[in-house]
Amino acid sequence: MSDTHAQTVAYVRDTMLPEQPAPATEAGAIKWLRENLFSGPLNTFLTIAGVLVVYAMVSHYFAWFAHSVWNANSLAECRTIITERWGEGATGACWSVIRERWHQYLFGFYPPELYWRPILVFVLLFVALAPVLFQGFARQLLLFSVFYPFLAIWLLWGGSIWPEVMIILGAVAGYVAFRVIEPRGDTLAIICGILVTILFWAWLSGPLSGMIQSVLPFRITPVSSEKFGGFLLAVTLGVGGIVMSLPLGIMLALGRQSDMFLIKTLSVCFIEFIRGVPLITLLFVASLLLNYFLPPGTNFDIILRVMILVTLFAAAYIAEVIRGGLAALPRGQYEAADALGLDYWKAQRLIILPQALKISIPGIVSTFIGMFKDTTLVVFVGLFDPLKGISDFVRADFAWKGIYWEPYIFVGAIFFLFNFSMSRYSMYLENKLKRDHR
Amino acid sequence: MAMVSEPPKQGFRLSQLIYDTRYRSLTIQVIVFMLFMAGAGWLVDNTVRNLQALGKDFNFGFLWNRAGYDIAQTLVPYTNDSTHARALLVGLLNTLWISFLGCIAATVIGVFVGVLRLSRNWLVSRLMTIYVEVFRNVPLLLWILVFLALFTETMPAPNAYRVNAETGEAQESLFLGLIAPTNRYTAIPSAEFSRSLGAIDTALAPISLNALLILAVIVGSVFANRWLLNRARLIQEKTGARPVTWWQSLLVLLGPLAAVLVALGFHIGIPELRGFNFAGGVNVTNAFVVLWLALSLYTGAFIAEIVRAGVLAISKGQTEAAFALGLRPRRTMSLVILPQALRVIIPPLISQFLNLTKNSSLAIAVGYMDLRGTLGGITLNQTGRELEAILLMMLIYLAISLIISGGMNIYNSRVKLKER
Repeated sequence: MSDTHAQTVAYVRDTMLPEQPAPATEAGAIKWLRENLFSGPLNTFLTIAGVLVVYAMVSHYFAWFAHSVWNANSLAECRTIITERWGEGATGACWSVIRERWHQYLFGFYPPELYWRPILVFVLLFVALAPVLFQGFARQLLLFSVFYPFLAIWLLWGGSIWPEVMIILGAVAGYVAFRVIEPRGDTLAIICGILVTILFWAWLSGPLSGMIQSVLPFRITPVSSEKFGGFLLAVTLGVGGIVMSLPLGIMLALGRQSDMFLIKTLSVCFIEFIRGVPLITLLFVASLLLNYFLPPGTNFDIILRVMILVTLFAAAYIAEVIRGGLAALPRGQYEAADALGLDYWKAQRLIILPQALKISIPGIVSTFIGMFKDTTLVVFVGLFDPLKGISDFVRADFAWKGIYWEPYIFVGAIFFLFNFSMSRYSMYLENKLKRDHR
Repeated sequence: MAMVSEPPKQGFRLSQLIYDTRYRSLTIQVIVFMLFMAGAGWLVDNTVRNLQALGKDFNFGFLWNRAGYDIAQTLVPYTNDSTHARALLVGLLNTLWISFLGCIAATVIGVFVGVLRLSRNWLVSRLMTIYVEVFRNVPLLLWILVFLALFTETMPAPNAYRVNAETGEAQESLFLGLIAPTNRYTAIPSAEFSRSLGAIDTALAPISLNALLILAVIVGSVFANRWLLNRARLIQEKTGARPVTWWQSLLVLLGPLAAVLVALGFHIGIPELRGFNFAGGVNVTNAFVVLWLALSLYTGAFIAEIVRAGVLAISKGQTEAAFALGLRPRRTMSLVILPQALRVIIPPLISQFLNLTKNSSLAIAVGYMDLRGTLGGITLNQTGRELEAILLMMLIYLAISLIISGGMNIYNSRVKLKER
């Protein structure tokens, strides 16, 4: 045992030293720079290369952005203004084309006095999507989400509201029939429900809507499909395609997982065929071949034709996404459903699909981003997409002949805004849905 | 003793078709089959009647007629006297060619960017993030149009490369002394041989014997190198000491190739301005360059994300375990991390290759004559046989996709974790 204590030995310090500040190279900005930019020869080289790239970009394009002109009536006028203000040989952006033509980029050739209708539809889209995408909204809002597509179609194309109401009524009639017959067997009830709906649509809806229209003339100015263009067209095609492809995609995914050989084969063939060909060939089918496959004399709207093919296209991709969701469920869920004595449809509806769909939402969102980008391809079948269709149209005007960068930057920025926010949403969702214990 | 009561023997009742699970699936399949056949029959019937009404028939004979149009870039000999089938082949090869080059460039870009995005360097990782997000979130068509405008609007005319006789200076100089981008085409160096062994004439295309010989030498060298390494491994396993092989490998890989190249008189043809155009190298149409750049940069952004996800997917424990076993960092990378990361990376990578191949049909925006440009474009318009042309085009694209995804499935089943 030792008798030496701190107090008895002179050379042991008995007070704490005051804290010293960290060395200059280990604190603040210098430390950050050393760690993040110059931690080794390779990193230093990368940093210098990065700085050079940024400098090259900025020095090359800054003047162009700085010399922006917002008030001009033609590209020539823009150039004169730029030369006047910043001297001979100066280059600059001519944003006045956006100022003058923004409405065509957003709405195509939709009548300007009716712009409130697409805007209203767009705002309501978020109301309809909110209960699907975010939790914590009143479940009653889901009812609005169900009716929203019909409201949107009516508002966008205008005309009488009664055909849309008839479609809803047909579905309701089918559902009522299903509920009435359900106690006598599920399969029978489903068949009867579908039959009642189809019969209603085929024979009752036409005369009935005409009758009501004559009694209650409730209509707004119709707008034909040729007037659609720009982002209105892109969003309509994108959202319409995804909404319609969801049920089809779910059926295809279930079909692909099915034990029945024929149904499985048909689903696989359909999915692989659609996924194996470029969208552009399907668009050509819509514009050139669809008339061959339908009864002679059928000729309908090109937007509807494109929408059908886009829906089939998206359905194949969504089916694969949902198949991933179905495969990700543990086998125990299927076995538990069987053990409870649920039949196939009840098990799917109550146990499998709610979980599988939930985990597939990020995939569905990224499918939607892809679809939304692909809607620009409709320009090749003669529709006015915002990117090439409308830009070519604007350039066809002599005043704006030869303007390239400003329209591309404008349209690209809007696409980026849409898609970036959607991909962030899907990342947020992925984090929220992460339930594994890794 | 178990008392097993026999189920009551009953004859087959019709209601069993619906209520008995043994027969129900059969019933449903029969109904679906009938519906499917009815639907298909309806479509075929409509098509037949529509064709009759238009006075057309369904036959592919038009493929053997004279095409009568020119194609700017062809990989096999083609003149406007060739048949439509020949034009189809040219288009198909152009599609495959740009897809092949695009896949290579996209992979290189993707791997670089993916790794740099993970780097600790703040500036570089931010720059790469910006690149990836900007390219991924904007339609491919926009990139194609932007590059097209870049080339047609801002690149100099070939004339600008002319050296002024008085001042001895040119308005523009060749990039690295090798490449000359102009507003009509891009002149690049070409591989030239002063001695040619001739060519074998096949029905499809003449095959250069020079290329064949070089290919054979490369394949032979690779096999010889593999044998060398295998021998080194066997010696290592027997004696514990690995013989030094790097100089032998280098010799085996490069020696024969260099000898053959010298024997054939290989040299690089540098493009130079003669008259109004470049000669000496190869003039690649800007349609091709634009499409290739846009496809590679766009797909490269997606591949970068795949690479990043693949590297991040390997848990840190794997590295630590490998270190604990005493593996060096390089061997850890090649034996532990990479095989696992590749298992995650390869399947989505191949599906990106598929996407790139399908997206190459956007050649329509720049006028590059790919499969859609020949068969689905000019041939269709000239012969007016849209049904045959589009169906054939879809079938060819489908075949390409199925071949690629078939290869992917084989790879997948080979590297799949063997679980229960």
